[in-house]
Amino acid sequence: MTLPDMLPDRLAGLLPDKAADPRLSGIIKLAILAVGGQGGGVLTAWIEDVARSAGYAAQATSVAGVSQRTGATVYYVEMAPHHAGDPMPVFSLMPAPGDVDIMIAAEMMEAGRSIIRGFVTPDRTTLIASTHRALAVSEKMVPGDGIASSGEVMAAADIAARRFIAADFDALAIANGSVISASLFGALAGSGALPFPREAFEAAIRAGGKGIDGSLRAFGAAFDVAANPADQGVAPRPAPRQVPRVLGPARLLADWDRLVARVAAMPVPVAELALPGLRKVVDFQDLRYGAAYLDHLAKVMARDDAALGWRLSREAAKYIANAMAYDDIIRVADLKTRGRRFDRIRKEMRVKDANLLHLTEFFHPRAEETVGLFPAKLGAKLEADPKWMARLDRWFNKGRRLRTDSLRAFLTLHLIGGLRGWRLRTLRHAQEEAHLALWLDRALSHVAGNYDLAVEVIRCRRLIKGYSDTHKRGFSKFDRVLEATAAVSGRDDAADWCRRLREAALKDEDGKALDGAIATIRSFA
Amino acid sequence: MAERSFKAEVEHLRLGEGQTFTGEGILAITKALLENGVGYVGGYQGAPISHLMDVLADAEELLGELGIRFEANANEAAAAAMLAASVHYPIRGAVTFKGSVGVNVASDALANLASSGVTGGALVIVGEDYGEGSSIMQERSHAFAMKSQFWLLDPRPNLPCITKAVRDGFELSEATNTPVMLMVRIRSCHVTGSFQTRDNQRPTLSVKDALSNPQSDFARVVLPPMSYMHEQDKIRNRWPAAETFIRERGLNEVFGPRSAPVGLVLQGGMYNGVIRALQRLGLADLHGNTEVPLYVLNVTYPLVSDEFLEFCAGKDQILVIEEGQPEFIEQQLTTFLYRSGSTVKLRGKGILPMAGEYTGQVMLDGLTAFFKDAAPGMLPAIVRAPNEDRPQIPDLTATVPIRPPGFCTGCPERPIFAAMKLVQQETGKLQISADIGCHLFAALPPFEIGGATMGYGLGPAANAAFDGGGERRPVSIIGDGGFWHNGLSSSFTNMAFNKSDGVAVIVDNYYSAATGGQDIMSSRADNPTKATKHPITKALRGIGIDWVRQVDNTYDVGRMRDVLREALTTDAPGPKVIVASSECMLNKQRREKPLAQKAIREGRRVEAPRFGVDEDVCTGDHACIRLSGCPSLSVKKLDDPLRDDPVASIDQSCVGCGNCGEVADAAVLCPSFYRADVVHNPSPLEARIARVRARVIGWLQTRRAARRLTFDGAS
Repeated sequence: MTLPDMLPDRLAGLLPDKAADPRLSGIIKLAILAVGGQGGGVLTAWIEDVARSAGYAAQATSVAGVSQRTGATVYYVEMAPHHAGDPMPVFSLMPAPGDVDIMIAAEMMEAGRSIIRGFVTPDRTTLIASTHRALAVSEKMVPGDGIASSGEVMAAADIAARRFIAADFDALAIANGSVISASLFGALAGSGALPFPREAFEAAIRAGGKGIDGSLRAFGAAFDVAANPADQGVAPRPAPRQVPRVLGPARLLADWDRLVARVAAMPVPVAELALPGLRKVVDFQDLRYGAAYLDHLAKVMARDDAALGWRLSREAAKYIANAMAYDDIIRVADLKTRGRRFDRIRKEMRVKDANLLHLTEFFHPRAEETVGLFPAKLGAKLEADPKWMARLDRWFNKGRRLRTDSLRAFLTLHLIGGLRGWRLRTLRHAQEEAHLALWLDRALSHVAGNYDLAVEVIRCRRLIKGYSDTHKRGFSKFDRVLEATAAVSGRDDAADWCRRLREAALKDEDGKALDGAIATIRSFA
Repeated sequence: MAERSFKAEVEHLRLGEGQTFTGEGILAITKALLENGVGYVGGYQGAPISHLMDVLADAEELLGELGIRFEANANEAAAAAMLAASVHYPIRGAVTFKGSVGVNVASDALANLASSGVTGGALVIVGEDYGEGSSIMQERSHAFAMKSQFWLLDPRPNLPCITKAVRDGFELSEATNTPVMLMVRIRSCHVTGSFQTRDNQRPTLSVKDALSNPQSDFARVVLPPMSYMHEQDKIRNRWPAAETFIRERGLNEVFGPRSAPVGLVLQGGMYNGVIRALQRLGLADLHGNTEVPLYVLNVTYPLVSDEFLEFCAGKDQILVIEEGQPEFIEQQLTTFLYRSGSTVKLRGKGILPMAGEYTGQVMLDGLTAFFKDAAPGMLPAIVRAPNEDRPQIPDLTATVPIRPPGFCTGCPERPIFAAMKLVQQETGKLQISADIGCHLFAALPPFEIGGATMGYGLGPAANAAFDGGGERRPVSIIGDGGFWHNGLSSSFTNMAFNKSDGVAVIVDNYYSAATGGQDIMSSRADNPTKATKHPITKALRGIGIDWVRQVDNTYDVGRMRDVLREALTTDAPGPKVIVASSECMLNKQRREKPLAQKAIREGRRVEAPRFGVDEDVCTGDHACIRLSGCPSLSVKKLDDPLRDDPVASIDQSCVGCGNCGEVADAAVLCPSFYRADVVHNPSPLEARIARVRARVIGWLQTRRAARRLTFDGAS
């Protein structure tokens, strides 16, 4: 939708004989777009209170309905100076496009929605938006990355609004022990868009009677943000990525430094990803495994070319690490029993010293995972035998809730997590290794003929993730993408097709988009 | 216990002569009922009139003082039927429900009531759920007034006018022996403002007193030949009486100059929107003083021909502003003009859209088009301006996702539909019909369960065509609200009587949850004035349904799935009914959160559960979200260059309902979820045991960490 090309206010300006009542310009029109449960009703009530206590006539409306259950909701307030005894002004019950002075969006995409609906216009609207995201279900449920671009909304808001005040008012509220309605109220006060003093706003909060201290703190913090134009619209700078410290016995550290030296000798674009990659595989297994990772990478680099920007090796550095650090039971058990995890959870759950923490893990190993721990040969034999698999299923396939704060469950997982020495002999490892080799060979086979295609095939590793059925579906998508890619590998645009197939595979769980893409390929290949 | 307490609002209802009420429209209506000597009030909750019911339910004491009976009716039909008390007795009665759906349900009683006619004023307050924010099909309640011949008020949307309409409504009803429907739109119900209050009035005759002196008159019974006489009475007496009353009392209003080439005719409810458009066109001032004559229909049925023709006299064109379709008012007014031989040109739909809400933009566009055509003199200089340097605002429609309503954080219905989705993965897609209530959100992603809803209490009835069974059984879903509203009779006796082979799932969340958490028959709460705690299973057994499974913890996804599977595969004949019961989390949290905080402060032992995700174990496939959609379960991007896709993440709004863990287990998803129970004020013994455990565990962790490389700060 674009804005109507003839905006109403302009229309009014074209009526020289019929100038609008000058008192009409005294009406302040304020709309709030919120997600159900954000306290839009409370915010609206405060705003009304401020206006009335300042001698204004005010009217608010809302259309809560079922939208209060997590849906998008709109609130609307109009106010105008009023003398006791005068007739009441006639206010509208709903916002109109091009006719909103203050737009408060309690979430980034709701800010976008307010722009789409025409409530934000360059001639008059002050847009106050919280930059945080409450993701819609449609964004969360895609198997890949479905998060809508806040950047696009920010850019549009810069153009659409007369003034744009943006900050993470949700985080601000939480940091002050309150909720977003309070910080947005503070931002409204700080913006100066309403002709009322700060004290009047604070009085409205006090009159509300609930959670006053937290509300006032959040109000004050947001007031400062909105009142200080220097901070306006500037996205918070991301904290510099922390370079992890490496701890451990001196002997291992010396070996580690030798591996790091190998990485340091690599071209920068590759090294940038090879170092975190190396860390990941060493953390997964050991230093020797790390060396194997660098060997794999070296093989790819030998076929790569500086003139092409080392793109192939860079992608390989990332995805080989991911492939080598596969998600087996040993890894999960290891991660779940680390001390730092316990510390992290205590912090996240705000566990105080006087509290205890019970931790319950949800495991559901099936026959496939069990047999994956067996020695490769035996495991393969059992896996091929449906009778044995059924038996294993009977013995092991069961949801297990483990209390990792108890000794018994902790010990079990601690022991499994300690099986790293055994790992390289397991069936799972053999399978992963074979798959890795196959995938790399396939990618490298394209290097000479179609470098871009080789890069894209490397990137297809992204499709393999998840556990059990999800993992299996990932594998099958991976196979189908590569198979369909093979059908067009002779074409100049093969790389593009491979990318499109991969993106389609990440769109939905059942692979409907992928089916569509493959059908397209079949129609010409 | 209802979702909220309305004790503060009840205090508003006690205001007396000369005081000022400031608040929402629907509460003002409630107050106006008391000021006008209402003798009994009833209704059925639903947006936007739930507030009226909720407040009165909490106002038992005040109602008792005034001798007023309040009834939380079983459904809208029961509410409308209650107005029968005004047929023979001079007692004012009012009922409320949402329109048009509530009026649909009530229409049987309303038609009988309108035929019999009333002695005491009978007022039906309808919250017209139309336009933005509406949760129902887009229709008009207007047609019901026309077919049954009762009168329809549509007052201007401000508190003095709405409350005046309550008084006018009762008096009009009594003057014409006809029930009156007072229609208020969503925004009028929620609009805030002030009005001068008067003292509350006791009814001149209370329902208790009426019982001491019973009345009857067979002339009022809808049976031939009296029913024929009722019809004639409506046309010969009641209708003319209504026209007289409306004219004499000036219920409709005329604003603006007496003479002008054009005029606007509008429903009272459209008034503020019309004035705003006129203000923007420079044709009205701040207080609504207009240069264009307005004929405001605060009574939209019946229309008064003489009054309308007088307004039209001397005008060239008039525009009828009537929201909704079809254009009943416009058609009637056209007929008036034609019959009178008038040459006035009537415009309406066509300049304004036939369908949809009359928003600010629609109103402005419509009026602009009308004036350009009908009264160019009033708008002399309208020309399209050249495109100036107004910046092009980027189109965000492809970026911004839709945000339909969904299940709340921790909702007990989520695991039911997660289980159903898992069962469908085994059985293939099933024929599923749904009802009205929160459970209908399951029709949306991520569950996409159920393809149709036929009305409140009608979910299983909507599957009746499939009652004979087939390769796979049909499944229907209904809430506890729907069950008691109408479902027991219309859906379940229908299933039982027809020996349905189908499966029905009753979502029992202890409340009529979607309408605001009102108590119903099977609610678990103690309610001093209502009979609660009646198990749904008992009702089912009572009508001969034997295959009934009660699930007392819907969060047990595995059990839910197994029970569903059993219902779909059992050899048992007849209906298979599952009652899935867990309390609405919104209500539960409202009640228990303050109690838990108090307990913690007082040093009592409290376990506070919350879920978390190990982000290094999560692979970012989002399978868990496709079985949840919980607002507190989201995704976040990690600061890790090796990761492409965002991982699952649970924020602090999690209430620890258990769905995440259950789903991870039942669907064999992944081990990344954990539940953290923070124990406040643990006993000394358990604290000691925990210390010993922590020491051993810490020793093991340190020992292992010392033998390997650890990357501090990395995952």
